[in-house]
Amino acid sequence: LSKKVQAIYLWWHKPIIDQELLQSLPNLKVIANSGVGMDHLDLKLVASFGVKMANAPHAVSSSTADTGMALLLASARRLVEGYHVAISPGMEYREADLLGVEVTGATLGIIGMGSIGYKIALRAKAFEMNILYHNRTRRKEQKEQAVGATYCEKIDTLLQQADFVMVVVSLTPQTHKLIGKREMELMKPTATLINISRGAVVDQEALVTALQTGVIRAAALDVTYPEPLPRDHTLLKLKNVIITPHLGIKTDKATYMITEEAVENMLAALNGLPIPSEVLPS
Amino acid sequence: MWYHKPVINEELLQSLPNLKIVASSGVGIDHLDLNLLSSYGVKVSNTPFVVSTDTADLGMALMLASSRRLVEGYQIAVSPDTEYFPADWLGAEVSGATLGIVGMGTIGYKVAERAKAFEMKILYHNRNQRNKAEESAIGAVYCKKIDDLLQQSDFVLLSVNLTPQTHRLIGKRELALMKPTATLINISRGLVVDQDALVEALQNKVIKAAALDVTYPEPLPRDHPLLRLKNVIITPHIGSATKKTRHLMMENMMESIQAGLTGLPIPNEVL
Repeated sequence: LSKKVQAIYLWWHKPIIDQELLQSLPNLKVIANSGVGMDHLDLKLVASFGVKMANAPHAVSSSTADTGMALLLASARRLVEGYHVAISPGMEYREADLLGVEVTGATLGIIGMGSIGYKIALRAKAFEMNILYHNRTRRKEQKEQAVGATYCEKIDTLLQQADFVMVVVSLTPQTHKLIGKREMELMKPTATLINISRGAVVDQEALVTALQTGVIRAAALDVTYPEPLPRDHTLLKLKNVIITPHLGIKTDKATYMITEEAVENMLAALNGLPIPSEVLPS
Repeated sequence: MWYHKPVINEELLQSLPNLKIVASSGVGIDHLDLNLLSSYGVKVSNTPFVVSTDTADLGMALMLASSRRLVEGYQIAVSPDTEYFPADWLGAEVSGATLGIVGMGTIGYKVAERAKAFEMKILYHNRNQRNKAEESAIGAVYCKKIDDLLQQSDFVLLSVNLTPQTHRLIGKRELALMKPTATLINISRGLVVDQDALVEALQNKVIKAAALDVTYPEPLPRDHPLLRLKNVIITPHIGSATKKTRHLMMENMMESIQAGLTGLPIPNEVL
């Protein structure tokens, strides 16, 4: 059987691609990833076996942008806390206590303005949000104007002004622990951190301290490190934290589109044609 | 007046001979008997426009939270029993779906503006059709008959005010017209929906889910079935619950009260 395998479709990082697996599949030609993140793959190792790699960048952007907005709104308006008050058997119905912060007209700072970041900007603009962004490179003026986004060459400028900081970068050695103690202290004490990228982009221990001491107001995390967190982790117990189980692209529509994209990539590789979303080791 | 308290009835009005004005927080005035108040020469004011964006934002928050199963997801993420995140656990996409807005007033229109950025297809039902410029700004299609909206929508959002005409506007018939994959979102008043019919529809999978910021009564009795259904999100009427907006509401109410007490024209007077 192992000689017959020519393509692997990776779903949620499984199977684990290591030396042993690659050696046991001599006719493997391509690994197609479901989703856009490739941080779980050793790109150089895979390439050394002559195996091509592809991700699915197009299908994920709308779903992930939606997740980002869902978390931003849920955190700002204290939706999860509100739900628990509304359904709880004994608690007093303290309507007047449950005040959130405004989304309309607030300042959103997007860290990482790729396809997903840009779709978030498009959505946030409709909420009349003031949009700042930080990116490796500046986007074209036309693109900036379409969403009314202001470029912050220094991340500090964004952190100091934003009411909501949305992290949408890919995980690389440069973005590992990009948001740490220093960055959180630059944020407003009324600000919310939203992470839809990868857990390792945020220094989790620093985040716990920041949330406990009021350095920032709240956090909403679709990703953590690891996933799931150990059951005794402090983040699970903080009232001002919403954690979701990596919802990013978990919709029927996105799953279908991702699979279509992956199949396209695999067929191209198997037929010796250019691969639409090839990922090369940098 | 906050959260419908105190209750304004004949007894109270008779006991307050010098009462000149009732300033009500928020936009809804369904809890006030306007004729009764008028007969006592008491003026009434509300706070209509300042609540619009927060309420529209909450409508979007509920739609996103419901479709992506955010509350269930949170419970999985923090539950002591969770060992791994299930791979076959999916929500429904908001981007590109069809949103049907019932009640295209200020709040309904702001919901539409936000939904458009999610590339949603927007249908609306309203007493009157909006003008062409307003419709094309958000790409909204008018449904003169509510049935057309109900049959085509993936999300049905209620943003009408409560009047004798909208009382139980959404009942068994309307719920049956909705798609079995559709979600009902209510940010108007609990009484706009026939709650018992809603419970039945949710239990029998006539519709997929509901997200309610308003119920009747508020709060619901603690043994009410709506509190136990997995496919229901309820929030405790937090439509306008942000610090900034509450502050603005108070400012508006003070302005109206001061005008009422000095006999000047009352801002936001309800006639």
